Amino acid sequence: MKKISNAQALRRVQDDLRHNYDPNKKLVTICAGTGCRGYGCIKVKEELEAEIARQKMDVEVRATGCFGFCEKGPLVVVHPEKIFYQQVKIKDVPDIISKTVATGEVLEKLLYRDPQSNETVMREEDVPFYKKQHRLVFGSNGMIDPTRIEDYLIIGGYSALAKALTEMTPEGVVSEVKKAGLRGRGGGGFLAGNKWESCRRAHGEPKYVIGNGDEGDPGAYMDRSLMEGNPHSVIEGMIIGAYAIGASEGYIYVRNEYPLAVLHLTMAIASAKEAGLLGKNILGTNFSFDIHINKGGGAFVCGESSALFASIEGRAGEPRAKYIHAVEKGLWDKPTCLNNVETWANVPIIINQGADAYVSVGTEGSKGTKIFSLVGKINNTGLIEVPMGMTLREIIYDMGGGIPKGRKFKAVQTGGPSGGCIPESLLDLQVDFDKLHEVGSMMGSGGMIVMDDRSCMVDVAKYFLAFLQEESCGKCVPCREGVRRMHEILEDICAGKGKEGDVELLEHISTGVADGSLCALGGSAPNPVLSTIKYFREEYEAHIKNHRCPAGVCKALITYSINPDKCTGCGLCIKVCPTQATSGEKKKPHTINNDLCTRCGACIESCKFDAITVE
Amino acid sequence: MVNLIIDGKNVTAKKDTMVLEAARSAGVDIPTLCAHEAVSRAGSCRLCVVEIKKGNRTRIVTSCLYPVEEGLIVHTNTERVLNVRRLVLELLLARCPRSEVLQNLAKELGVDPQPRFLPDTDKGKCILCRSCVRVCEEVVGVSAIGMSARGSHKTVGTPFKETSSVCIGCGACVYVCPTGHIVMQSSGDKRKIWKRTFKMQTCEKCGKYFAPVDQLKYISKKTGVPYTELAVCTECR
Repeated sequence: MKKISNAQALRRVQDDLRHNYDPNKKLVTICAGTGCRGYGCIKVKEELEAEIARQKMDVEVRATGCFGFCEKGPLVVVHPEKIFYQQVKIKDVPDIISKTVATGEVLEKLLYRDPQSNETVMREEDVPFYKKQHRLVFGSNGMIDPTRIEDYLIIGGYSALAKALTEMTPEGVVSEVKKAGLRGRGGGGFLAGNKWESCRRAHGEPKYVIGNGDEGDPGAYMDRSLMEGNPHSVIEGMIIGAYAIGASEGYIYVRNEYPLAVLHLTMAIASAKEAGLLGKNILGTNFSFDIHINKGGGAFVCGESSALFASIEGRAGEPRAKYIHAVEKGLWDKPTCLNNVETWANVPIIINQGADAYVSVGTEGSKGTKIFSLVGKINNTGLIEVPMGMTLREIIYDMGGGIPKGRKFKAVQTGGPSGGCIPESLLDLQVDFDKLHEVGSMMGSGGMIVMDDRSCMVDVAKYFLAFLQEESCGKCVPCREGVRRMHEILEDICAGKGKEGDVELLEHISTGVADGSLCALGGSAPNPVLSTIKYFREEYEAHIKNHRCPAGVCKALITYSINPDKCTGCGLCIKVCPTQATSGEKKKPHTINNDLCTRCGACIESCKFDAITVE
Repeated sequence: MVNLIIDGKNVTAKKDTMVLEAARSAGVDIPTLCAHEAVSRAGSCRLCVVEIKKGNRTRIVTSCLYPVEEGLIVHTNTERVLNVRRLVLELLLARCPRSEVLQNLAKELGVDPQPRFLPDTDKGKCILCRSCVRVCEEVVGVSAIGMSARGSHKTVGTPFKETSSVCIGCGACVYVCPTGHIVMQSSGDKRKIWKRTFKMQTCEKCGKYFAPVDQLKYISKKTGVPYTELAVCTECR
């Protein structure tokens, strides 16, 4: 792309692109996020192109960013009618092209079918998963080919940057972001505008801005999809931030396990530079700013700001005491403003629509929207963007479609390993930074792991503590040793070796670890334990006192048996059992030999008659 | 000068002094393990935590790294502080059950081993305070040892646990180690440390072995003092 010399030229380029774009022209978009790639969407895309070529049609096939409805991928939308197809396979391609694209005929079998009404839904926005969403940050993903800057410009990309640079002072940008009440989306929830202001006032040159894309919570992948699907929105936000703060250099810290995010960010930075939107004299102004990509090695702790700085500086990713704030002494001891990539992506929206419009969405203390990744025991796995203040019930039942196989909801874990488990009694909690904190969990980066009645809460706590023990950098004693000891106690409890007083001991260690740890990883590490003790104490007691795992998960505490009244003797459990523990004659109730049974659960999964009971 | 209150006492300290020093100069004792005067501070042992009050907010900080502030109110013995200290010692006693230093400190502070923690057998007396790593880097300047791995797998040692070619056998790491974890054996003309054997230099005057040849070579190279001048022990110099 040719260099864009000033704000007017940018408008001209956007207008030209729009002018040359025929909204009535046939276009097929296909989600090419990592989830859909896992389902093989790239092959579907190639087949779409091949079929169009075979039929000698003039139709564009666009591989876009993630649509969010990962459960039903690969996802395809036929424009301009916006016909939404899900679970598209290669064999469906000829029909999509020759029927839907050519004649507008809708293929019923590929439409989403609402499990409740059993009716098909034609357009994406009418699918219950999308209906209550407010896709402010994530909405453009489905139209943009993230490798083409033109696609971002056509939807008004970089207009916010032009507006900031030509119509606003740096102080004006800061005050707009402050007015918008934007809070850090990475977990802390700190007011971004205040951080910017402190960093702007701090002495020291150069100043840095950093985009934190070191997303590492189990089950969370919204930052990934944002960087993969709309990299320019993050970059534009960072440039605006740099202008406001007075920074000349920036970094995006992104996990190397996110190869597509790295690729798309790299391409986006290169094309933004080529277009004069990044680098020297941006849009012909005196403002210059450059962004580098720093690939992280996958340490969870590197999402913590001071560990992240250490990692960029080429040292081991270990946090340091932060009694002097990063806005004053951050990267290389220079004033540094670190925000999560989702926070940065909110910035162009605030500048474009103004703080007054931005604050109309959200709650008193949390403005705007938040992207959550909805995973675990949920029907509609995927990424959702909702206004702050939506209830957990709406998120889990209306968008998530409830719990698979009609099982009972038990808890939702929010905030990743540093967060907590929220029980059913709090399903009407309005999700925002403060409300989640009040109930002993946190927003974190936005992971939501849904659990059903077959999840053991002690086992869940054990899982998160195992994760944290592995991911602790090992620098300070409370986190390194304390989390390890907590994990050992949880392992004992799950193995039936729990002792009276273990719960109280866990609470004692938790307080010490939370108070004594050097950084927030250790400081919040006890949360999974504390929140499960708070809401599911009786489950801990059952393990310790009665040597029972009520959810039927902890292998040392459970036995499998077959209910002869329900068993039809179909033989499926005999086939799937890896240790030949199940046996019986055909059409007669089977039995399980508990000496051989390893409690792997294969028989439960296979049994169509719910005949296998766990006690 | 900065005025603050530590355990009810009015204390005046120079700007940039750490709360730990300010407290000690005022006669308030705060236990530490990883703060050594020869090296920069890591804040890793967390034994020196104190509770500070600024406005209405109280929080726990490490006194070895927290600089004094005007009007700061510091408590070194609140229940919250003691709870962290107790836990740190319980955890360290379980990690290094054979460390006399830790046992004595625990006795002094009235902390008993936590029976629920299974004592480690593979960690020696190392509490990972990293004073040795810092002295090797910051004072000696060779960085022969460092930290490797993460979390509870973290250890101190030479890179890849191989013998280090840059180690000069000076023993500074042994000197700063608070628990006596690092072993250095000297006998006759040999010194063994970090699995490497160093040849010792005899003093040209008294004939005693006094320093590794590699250390003297390193000092000679660094300072420009000819080796022959260094080959005399400090007592005879």
